[in-house]
Amino acid sequence: MAKLNRSPWLLHYDGSSCNGCDIEVLACLTPVYDVERFGVVNTGNPLHADILLITGGINSQNQAVVQQIYSQMPNPKVVVAVGACACTGGIFKECYNIHGGVDTTIPVDIYVPGCAARPESIIDGVVKAVGVFQEKYEKYVSENKERKRSS
Amino acid sequence: MEILIPLLIVFPFVAAAVLSLLRHAKAREIVMYAASVIVMLLAGSLLVLWLQNGAVSVSFYVETELVDGAMLVVELFLMVLVTVLCARRHRYLIALLSIAQTCLLAWLDLWGPAVKENAHIRVDGLSLLLCLIVAVIGGLICLYAVGYMRGYHHHHKDVQDRRSFFFAMLFVFLGAMFGLVLSESLMWMDFFWEVTSICSFLLIGYTRTEEAVHNSFRALWMNLLGGLGFAVGIAYSSAVLHTVSLSEVVSLGAAIPVALLAFAALTKSAQMPFSSWLLGAMVAPTPTSALLHSATMVKAGVYMLLRLSPALCGSLTGQMVALIGGFTFFAASLLAISQSDGKKVLAYSTVSNLGLITACAGVGMHETVWAGIFLLIFHAASKSMLFQDVGAVENALGSRDIEDMQALMLRLPKLASIMVIGIAGMFLAPFGMLISKWAALKAFVDADNVVLVLLLAFGSASTMFYWTKWLGRILSISRVRLAHDVTKPNEWVSLYIHAVLMVLLCATFPLLSTWVVEPMLTGMFGESVQVLTSDNMVLMIVMLCFIFLLPACVYLFTRNLRHTYVISYMGGANAGDNNHFIDALGEKKNLQISNWYMTGYFGEKKLLLPCTILSTAVLTVMMCMILVGGVLV
Amino acid sequence: MNTTRLLCCLGYILLAPFIGGLLDGIDRKLSARMQGRTGPSILQPFYDIIKLFHKQIFLVNHSQFFLVGSYLVFVIFSGALMFAGYDLLMSFFALTTAAMFLVLASCSTHSPFSAMASQRELLQMMSYEPMVLLACVGFYLATGSFQVSDIIQSNLSPIVFLPGFFIGFVYILTIKMRKSPFDISTAHHAHQEMVRGVTTEMVGSLYAITQIAEWYENVMLLGIVALFFINGNPISWPLAILGVLFVYFLETLIDNTTARLKWSKVLSSAWLVTLLFGGLNLLVLDLMIKYR
Repeated sequence: MAKLNRSPWLLHYDGSSCNGCDIEVLACLTPVYDVERFGVVNTGNPLHADILLITGGINSQNQAVVQQIYSQMPNPKVVVAVGACACTGGIFKECYNIHGGVDTTIPVDIYVPGCAARPESIIDGVVKAVGVFQEKYEKYVSENKERKRSS
Repeated sequence: MEILIPLLIVFPFVAAAVLSLLRHAKAREIVMYAASVIVMLLAGSLLVLWLQNGAVSVSFYVETELVDGAMLVVELFLMVLVTVLCARRHRYLIALLSIAQTCLLAWLDLWGPAVKENAHIRVDGLSLLLCLIVAVIGGLICLYAVGYMRGYHHHHKDVQDRRSFFFAMLFVFLGAMFGLVLSESLMWMDFFWEVTSICSFLLIGYTRTEEAVHNSFRALWMNLLGGLGFAVGIAYSSAVLHTVSLSEVVSLGAAIPVALLAFAALTKSAQMPFSSWLLGAMVAPTPTSALLHSATMVKAGVYMLLRLSPALCGSLTGQMVALIGGFTFFAASLLAISQSDGKKVLAYSTVSNLGLITACAGVGMHETVWAGIFLLIFHAASKSMLFQDVGAVENALGSRDIEDMQALMLRLPKLASIMVIGIAGMFLAPFGMLISKWAALKAFVDADNVVLVLLLAFGSASTMFYWTKWLGRILSISRVRLAHDVTKPNEWVSLYIHAVLMVLLCATFPLLSTWVVEPMLTGMFGESVQVLTSDNMVLMIVMLCFIFLLPACVYLFTRNLRHTYVISYMGGANAGDNNHFIDALGEKKNLQISNWYMTGYFGEKKLLLPCTILSTAVLTVMMCMILVGGVLV
Repeated sequence: MNTTRLLCCLGYILLAPFIGGLLDGIDRKLSARMQGRTGPSILQPFYDIIKLFHKQIFLVNHSQFFLVGSYLVFVIFSGALMFAGYDLLMSFFALTTAAMFLVLASCSTHSPFSAMASQRELLQMMSYEPMVLLACVGFYLATGSFQVSDIIQSNLSPIVFLPGFFIGFVYILTIKMRKSPFDISTAHHAHQEMVRGVTTEMVGSLYAITQIAEWYENVMLLGIVALFFINGNPISWPLAILGVLFVYFLETLIDNTTARLKWSKVLSSAWLVTLLFGGLNLLVLDLMIKYR
């Protein structure tokens, strides 16, 4: 079984947020936190991404977009919801246009709490996501094998 | 051979006469088919006969007073015709050009200085090669024209149907081309030269629209100017050198007549200050442009230059020709970038490629002439194919704009495949044009011609740009309205034969070099050098195999791969079909993708005038230098 | 002689991806260091490639397989030609064909980002192509042959005759390696307005193939750089390696210290440098040969 956990490529999507978490996500890439140590690359392209990092909640405008981006990521893939809004809808939860957290639209694997989430906790979330990524890969491979055997 | 040659030259004229008299469409088509096939057969049998006779250069017809007289009469008739037509449109200066040269030639013929007796016809490798190109490519174009013109008049009701005249002119053209390439006597050559000039004038003006008439007169004056140069060249050589034989003029290498003949050839092959006539010829129906661009008219110019090349080698005239050719290659390839009209791109690419052949002939060394002849062969085949293909696509889509050829591979797969072969043949690695370019580059370096090396390097970069973006457009895959292929069977015949011919030419490239081109050069230069090393030939063939085997291999490898289709990335706003996106108001919008044309940098408005001025200046200055130098010496 | 050629060729085909990947890793590490970061492991590019090959295969259309595959095959072919000591010009023609396949692969997807980037990629090709051809001509003038096997046997290192060509070549090498001021069609960094440029629509193993092809290409280009230094004397070989490493370091440095240019500047500056350094050097060399 190949080790995929050394090369997690991120796609960062900013939902309906106050941008606080986004700044913190970008801070992770700076020399102070240097998340590239773990092989993380911020790809900006769902077709190349392994981990979808979403900040902010889901509203009527971005719901379809998030769904499409998620569908464009090849398996195995992991979703990380960063910050209170992404986890539950946060302070905007009661707004007329907000559906709630990211899990209202796509399956979320890791929740990173905080308002705004601290870079340390974001990195922690990403590292956890990397573990899930490897697990999912193994599951994906065994599923494929079974499918081949049955057909 | 004594009978076959006049038959080959005269037959197209007879066919033309018959065609011009026939009014019945069906009968006319049958005559067209028969005549095209006969022309090809005649040329083929001439080749066989020549090979049986030992494949050496042979001359014929020393005594031809009767024919000379007939030609003079026809020439005078043509002069009257041109004068009348010019007078009707109030373009008197152009008529003067025609009158001047015809009078000069008539004087030479009747009362001119005595010249040495010489053969009037000469058959050798190069002239036979040209004969074959004219017969095969030209014949196929005639076949194609039958179907095309039917569709053309179906679409263009506003244009008066003068098909009899049109078809007749096509055959006159072929006949004149045979005469031109087989003539040894400059007098005869000039006669046929003038016939092609006037013929192209009539063909370009076929639709009689304002633009067509304007462009046809431009073609006329430019070609007649060259013709005048030709006539003066003949007058000089008969007065001073006492000969009107082309090979003797070349072997004597006198500066003035060679320069004048080269000048005529530059106008005919549409080199830089004169390239506008060829671009203007685009207004005519497609068979005209295919014929003018690939098989005949422009080839006459470069044929002349290749003939002159031993005399051009190392001379000032050679430098002028090479410089003009190289510059044309570069400038035309830049200008082609800014064009989106398919035929316009083809036209600029023709001008550009002819520039390269001209440069090769101008340098006049063994290797460059080798490259020039190869460029000529490949260009004739692939360009004629591309023109016909674009014409067929235009009939199917109602547009010949490259932007409208989006996903052509799905909409008109057969036409698109042929187009891909043609475009690949024009610039891609294992195909013929590029290998000739390689040889040309090497030869330019050997000839110490730094300017040409630079022009070639920059020119091939821009050549690649405009071809690849066209190719990308055809191959790009999106869901588009399917088009109805309206290509007629006779058009298909021509297109398929061209495609097969093209692939065969590429595959048998080394054989062509050894068996056809090198003996030709031995005849011209008296020595033989192997231009293409065997290493490189092997590499070429390996690459060609790659191109053809790869799709099969990839198919085999990926057949069992599990894959899923995904919609393309549009920032999450793909409407689900790769052709539409959701805009800011939540509505579905069509996605338009366009190629780059960079008109602000390479547009005609930006470049054409400076290029024309520059090349005119170079041509004038160098011509003056040569002529004055020649007179003083 | 023939066995050496074959070995070199095989060596290139087998080792180039490893060398290329390692160089890529060094580049990433160096870049991180220049920015005051720790950076990833030097082996990071290999981890990435392995991961890419294990991901699900997504296609936008089926012709991508063929076009991307052709890109790889032609890059390998052109590099193999060079390392086997064949004609330099021929090998560059094959490389151009390879680059064209990449553009076609990108065009075929009809995606806005790919389409835009493929036009930019074409523009880049148009920018560097003249200098590439001129460099071949330079080698020919300096050593009297287009054959790589003859070029490496010359008495003096070609760079003695070709300083201008060298500068020009290093300049366009920045374009070819997609380094910063010229990374308009696709970049290695995440700050792209073109998403991932020409490779936007290439998923998983397809993207991995383009990466590997790029490594092959980089090794080949650095081989050309080495060719500037190599002569008949064996001492020149380590010198050539030093030269290559220096040039590679220079490229990384340029990448990290410059901001991206507009496309028109890419074209005009590349052509100007080609004309100025390449053209002048060519002229001087030509005169030298004429009057020697």
